[in-house]
Amino acid sequence: MATPLVVSEVCKSFTMHLQGGIRLPVVSDVSFSLSAGECAVLGGPSGAGKSSILKMIYGSYAIDTGQVIVSHDGNLVNLATADPRTVIAIRRDTIGYVSQFLRAVPRVSARDVVAEPLIARGEVLETARGRAEMLLERLNLPERLWDLPPATFSGGEQQRVNIARGFITDHPVLLLDEPTASLDKANREIVVSMIDEKKKAGVALLGIFHDQDVREIVADRIIDVTDFAPGRKAA
Amino acid sequence: MTDEPLLRVRSISKFYGNRIGCNDISFDLWPGEVLAVVGESGSGKTTLLNCLSTRLLPTSGTVSYRMRDGAFHDLYRMSEAERRFLMRTDWGFVHQNPSDGLRMTVSAGANVGERLMAVGQRHYGDIRATATDWLGRVEISSDRIDDQPRAFSGGMRQRLQIARNLVTGPRLVFMDEPTGGLDVSVQARLLDLLRGLVHELGLSAIVVTHDLAVARLLSHRMIVMKDGHVVESGLTDRVLDDPQAPYTQLLVSSILQV
Repeated sequence: MATPLVVSEVCKSFTMHLQGGIRLPVVSDVSFSLSAGECAVLGGPSGAGKSSILKMIYGSYAIDTGQVIVSHDGNLVNLATADPRTVIAIRRDTIGYVSQFLRAVPRVSARDVVAEPLIARGEVLETARGRAEMLLERLNLPERLWDLPPATFSGGEQQRVNIARGFITDHPVLLLDEPTASLDKANREIVVSMIDEKKKAGVALLGIFHDQDVREIVADRIIDVTDFAPGRKAA
Repeated sequence: MTDEPLLRVRSISKFYGNRIGCNDISFDLWPGEVLAVVGESGSGKTTLLNCLSTRLLPTSGTVSYRMRDGAFHDLYRMSEAERRFLMRTDWGFVHQNPSDGLRMTVSAGANVGERLMAVGQRHYGDIRATATDWLGRVEISSDRIDDQPRAFSGGMRQRLQIARNLVTGPRLVFMDEPTGGLDVSVQARLLDLLRGLVHELGLSAIVVTHDLAVARLLSHRMIVMKDGHVVESGLTDRVLDDPQAPYTQLLVSSILQV
């Protein structure tokens, strides 16, 4: 089985320069790998560093030490040391991310927010918009909202736009940060089936799900983040 | 994707007597990439921008630009005429104050058309048609084509300045606080417009701003400056979400939440 992502011995801490340089260790010695076609779930209480791990893999948090190796465009790239241009290419082609909250851009319609990752990969505008509409329809976002910028949408509506945006491409690695947190049962079930289709298509998924029902259905494996608690090694 | 940068900046420094304008700055700018330069007033952002765009002679260092034929040319070894030609055709410069970048006493259409004539277009009908098209793209209605920018609002002037700069199909655009003097709703419109145009035309851009939200929205990568030095650089969301330098942490934590 292919291994599109390997995380090895990753450590992360925050240094708060404005608070006298306090150092807050977040995680240490994070090591795991993801296989194609599986959904691994990061488990552990709030504050254990689950989101930080996702953000390091996506490149929006710096990695202090260790490696995150991703198979990108036929090469193995270490995200801990990759330059910004490479990280941008990896996000375009290899690693997708559904964040917890949508960062809305003024004046861009929900349809175009969803279509954007496909357009960035060179897809024709009309095809990309068509795919976006299919996904929004599947996620039960009312058609009258498609032309509107999502800034004024409810939490659940924004989250569905976000999910559609993350699922529209066929990135081999998909990171999910609580994608079902503000959804009702019917929509959660739709997301669960979409995750299942991604798995069948050979995508490697890594997610955070606080919702136990969803976690039990989608998770092939739980990675316990408390195993990576700083100071654990010393004890 | 090309495997060569568009602009190579190596050890650029500018001193005003003993005072540092900017010190020892190096980076590459790639095609299609938007770089934001952020920092407070007096941090050297505009000095850097002017040194890169040949508006201010640096004390030391080199800036080379990849011309359309693929060869790199050192900007400060070109003749004045060559630099001016580059500035008029392959580059754009969007000033914070539109009146610095526009001719306020000629019509909107002529402001856009002037850059076209600089690249050799002579057919009046074609120039007017292109100017009309560009006014539409920056959302200025075509019945304002014969009005002077003096009669435009601040936001319209800024959009006209953008049209004037982009009409010649430049590959690199410098922007100095492009949304600086505009109120928030006008800013949002301009940012959305810029974001769309940059993407659609595959432009490279260097945007100086003190507004981190503008940097987040427009740029791929950013440089944080303080006292003429680069204190941090990297992917835009990495710098903003996980700032490393004390000064960047201060900047990010100073943003007011709405």
